[in-house]
Amino acid sequence: MNISPDQTILLDLGMVKINATLVFTWLTIALLAGFGRWATRKLSTTGELPPWQNVLEVLVEGVQRQIGDIARQDPRPFLPFIATLFIFIAACNVLAVVPGYQPPTGSLSTTTALALCVFVAVPLHGIRRLGLRTYLKNYLEPTPLVLPLNIVGEAARTLALAMRLYGNVMSGAVVGAILLTVIPLFFPVLVHALGLLTGVVQAYIFAVLATVFLAAGAAAHDRNNGGPPAPTAPVSKSTAASPPAAGDDTHHN
Amino acid sequence: MDAALIIGLVSIITAGFTVSIGGIGPALGEARAVAQALAAIAQQPDEAATLSRILFVGVAMIESTAIYCLVVSMILIFANPFWNYFVALAAR
Repeated sequence: MNISPDQTILLDLGMVKINATLVFTWLTIALLAGFGRWATRKLSTTGELPPWQNVLEVLVEGVQRQIGDIARQDPRPFLPFIATLFIFIAACNVLAVVPGYQPPTGSLSTTTALALCVFVAVPLHGIRRLGLRTYLKNYLEPTPLVLPLNIVGEAARTLALAMRLYGNVMSGAVVGAILLTVIPLFFPVLVHALGLLTGVVQAYIFAVLATVFLAAGAAAHDRNNGGPPAPTAPVSKSTAASPPAAGDDTHHN
Repeated sequence: MDAALIIGLVSIITAGFTVSIGGIGPALGEARAVAQALAAIAQQPDEAATLSRILFVGVAMIESTAIYCLVVSMILIFANPFWNYFVALAAR
């Protein structure tokens, strides 16, 4: 039995093997990009909104508000990355109910790639916000003795992020396939319906954890300066302004 | 007993033990987390949105230990590298 779409090789070009993971990733990307292009072809700021613009605005605003709630910082720097992760993973997991579609997130390579994106994005955001010195100094907090722990923690949480998504999606697919051989009549449908729910929840959790990691890396400076209320204090201007501004923002562009 | 038989036997028994033992800890942990969250929501229903969001993330992180066990047992049953190696060796 296949436990990963990596093992389904569709096209063998000698050095390069095009497997199902790649093909379905490209398909999902094309679907999402095509949908984005199609839905935004005539945006309006006055009068009646096109229905799909409304859908996209709800999505973007929802993600932005969630990021603001979780990170307690200005959500706009995080928005493109987090929203991309969420939409891609959610689309992959939801499309898994389409017959013949093997979700790319059910392959350890895809989830590792996504987790590595988070792994790289954390220092990028931290350095952009705090500067190289302050960010690196954060690894020596509270004492330099914890430096190895911090580094191991950084790697371990990346691994956990990848394994969690892979395990959930893969186990859903495998349990569905096993049930299909044992009780083929009605139960696989229920498992697939449950898979829709867990798929979206897993996408949400991946995005939330990425937000938490990004925010923790970027907020280190504020935390070091004072007690627990400090993180909100220096950024309160932008945080306080953002929830009302979020609505206005998307309507104007 | 030849090598493939021993490997198959040990793999299947180990896979069962992996899931059963590995499920105990996360189950207890998640039950505790959910119970505490319910108590907290009952005390402060206004904070239900924040609490359930944190509960979601926390439960997902607790559950990842169970997921690791599941992945290991799936590999043991469906993609066992030693099994494949010895089957390939026997076929040669």
